[in-house]
Amino acid sequence: MNIDWAAFTPLSALLGGALIGAAAALLMLFNGRIAGISGLVGRLLTPQAGNGEALLFVLGLLLAPWIYLAVAGEISVQVEAGPLALIVGGLLVGFGSRLGSGCTSGHGVCGLSRLSPRSLVATLSFMGAGFVTVFVLRHLLGV
Amino acid sequence: MRGLIALASGLLFGFGLLISGMANPAKVLGFLDLAGAWDPSLALVMAGAIGVAFLPMQWIQRRGTTLRGEQAQLPASRTIDRRLVLGSLLFGAGWGVAGFCPGPALVAASALIPQALLLVAAMLLGMWLFALYDRRVKA
Repeated sequence: MNIDWAAFTPLSALLGGALIGAAAALLMLFNGRIAGISGLVGRLLTPQAGNGEALLFVLGLLLAPWIYLAVAGEISVQVEAGPLALIVGGLLVGFGSRLGSGCTSGHGVCGLSRLSPRSLVATLSFMGAGFVTVFVLRHLLGV
Repeated sequence: MRGLIALASGLLFGFGLLISGMANPAKVLGFLDLAGAWDPSLALVMAGAIGVAFLPMQWIQRRGTTLRGEQAQLPASRTIDRRLVLGSLLFGAGWGVAGFCPGPALVAASALIPQALLLVAAMLLGMWLFALYDRRVKA
């Protein structure tokens, strides 16, 4: 394995991760809800009770880059994927995360913290699929 | 109160994604590319998040109620089935194709990054297709 030390940002990764964990803890401690993005967004597509809270969470998420931009001056989002990859990737992420009942936040952060066997299986599955997909695209197909 | 907590949690979550680098697909793909120049940062994002969330989650899971005395809404299903595994595999493949998972995609789309807007449109379509599929399967 060849570690890219120049790209490695341990402090901001830990700090940002801690904030994500704090956000998940806050929502569980006071509202008793799992901070799972795919679940909260997915439920908004069907009118149902409890959607107001989900909407406010998503609103907070959408406000974050604007406040961050005002304070830090710039945000770093580099996208190499072309239109086809973005459409295919988006469809798979949307359909797959709903079929699997969660994504990186719901299964990865909340589920693993709850020591949920389902979330462990889900996390290993999506991480594995992510590793394999990038290997195939970058190293076998050379995209 | 519930609404305020939800808003604050969403904000904190978004700041965490931006500060950690999770909102940057180039960094996400650098982590998923084990055979290339590997950037281990995202492992530390997970470690930091679980490190902070672990005790509060365990605590509420054990007491079953929130600090305000309401019933906590914890996932009831315990079965590891084909939906869970197949869905997670599809999600992971999509994550590897573009480098966006749902939270970072929404954050980047809100910042009006054109590629993220396209991906979020496709993601919402995917979620909507799932809702149609799910209704048919359960009918």
